Amino acid sequence: MSAQYVPVLLTFAFAATMAGAIVGLSALLGRGKLAHRRKLEPYESGMLLIDASRKRVSVKFFVVAMVFIVFDVEVAFLYPWAVSVKTLLAEGNKLVLWDGLIFLLLVTIGYVYLWREGAFDWAKRGGEQ
Amino acid sequence: MWAEVGVTAFKLAVIAGVLLTVVPVMTWVERRGAAFIQDRLGPNRVGPWGLLQPVADAVKLLFKEDVTPAHVSKGLYFLAPAIAVFVALSTFIVIPFAKAEGITLFGVPLKGLIVAPDLNIGVLYLLALSSISVYGIVLAGWASNNKYSLLGGLRSSAQLISYELAMTLAVLGVLLANGDLRLTTIVEHQGKLWNAVPQFLGFLVFLVAAFAETNRLPFDLAEAENELVAGYHVEFSSMKFAAFMMSEYINMTTVSALATTLYLGGWNLPGVSLPSGWLGLLLSFAIFFAKVGFLLWLFVWVRWTLPRFRFDQLMRLGWKGLIPLALLNLLWVSLGLTQGWW
Repeated sequence: MSAQYVPVLLTFAFAATMAGAIVGLSALLGRGKLAHRRKLEPYESGMLLIDASRKRVSVKFFVVAMVFIVFDVEVAFLYPWAVSVKTLLAEGNKLVLWDGLIFLLLVTIGYVYLWREGAFDWAKRGGEQ
Repeated sequence: MWAEVGVTAFKLAVIAGVLLTVVPVMTWVERRGAAFIQDRLGPNRVGPWGLLQPVADAVKLLFKEDVTPAHVSKGLYFLAPAIAVFVALSTFIVIPFAKAEGITLFGVPLKGLIVAPDLNIGVLYLLALSSISVYGIVLAGWASNNKYSLLGGLRSSAQLISYELAMTLAVLGVLLANGDLRLTTIVEHQGKLWNAVPQFLGFLVFLVAAFAETNRLPFDLAEAENELVAGYHVEFSSMKFAAFMMSEYINMTTVSALATTLYLGGWNLPGVSLPSGWLGLLLSFAIFFAKVGFLLWLFVWVRWTLPRFRFDQLMRLGWKGLIPLALLNLLWVSLGLTQGWW
């Protein structure tokens, strides 16, 4: 049963080696001279730096993240259902399809609610913030 | 036991070799394709038709100075490109690139040109791992401590998770019709009719989401050259920068291969029955790769044809456009199941 994961482990080892090699080689081969202070400043299209980057982030990003978590978990619930529906139907279990569709209906109610609350509107019409 | 591990390592080497060859070829195709579409010459000096340009680029990138700016978060700054490469190089193992009937290597049946043929979570593994790639981008954006990078990283994370939802919902339709997570059985199931025909809506949603998931135009808000210069990787140089480019092209190939297996019938062609043995392996690989090649060209074609979306349009399309379409597709597939159409 666990033998099926041997290729996965092998691939992880390979991918990790490649990733380490690329970052390591770049540090090794691309070692430069001591750089000037200006060179190590944040990139600002060649201008003097205006404004810091570590500031508060718009709350809209957090809303997207929360809505995503809710729906992603619900979709993840549907995966085991989707895989087993066909065999269960073949065994004459007609109810299983309705189970999933009722669950989907509940998800859709939440979806419609969020739509009407404006959770999916990034900006008002016309692109203004 | 060891023979099996050896065969697995061999398959891994072959497939990873193919993917890593696709990267330089695709950078060439992209630049020459752009030139072709924009009616100019493109790179044509290094080698015949500029074919050696990617080699020159790779050597140059390898020996470029690796600047680590003073203001970055060191650990995450080095981790981000590594995550991007790690994810790109570990997602493809559940995709069957060719069929292999009646072929044994050192007494081990080959079971198709696929690294993990027995993995029963199949496509779920691919979806789960590919969502880790968000970390590569968002950590790169955060660790760079640069306004452009942070904006690119944030936008990209919002975009990736939004379109991931549409993508997983679209894939759900295929699983419903097929009843197995293993991609090999999904391909075999499409011997008569490709999934793209009965599930055209799902295919459409998957394709649009694939463009968004790989950060390609018209959804490349993460790097939007004209406003964010290069977005999340603006502070990266040398091979660390190349790592992001490489993972983008490998992800493009992987998602094209996934679209081919899920919707375009894998190595199936209507009216063609492939022989078994090594000839069958070569033929099926050629057919599969022709389809993947077309999708890869589609990526380039679309990039130089469509302008970039605005961010609110992008979110509207993802949440209000694709998700209802994917749900509709799911209902349609369920209807088909009750009628026994597939």
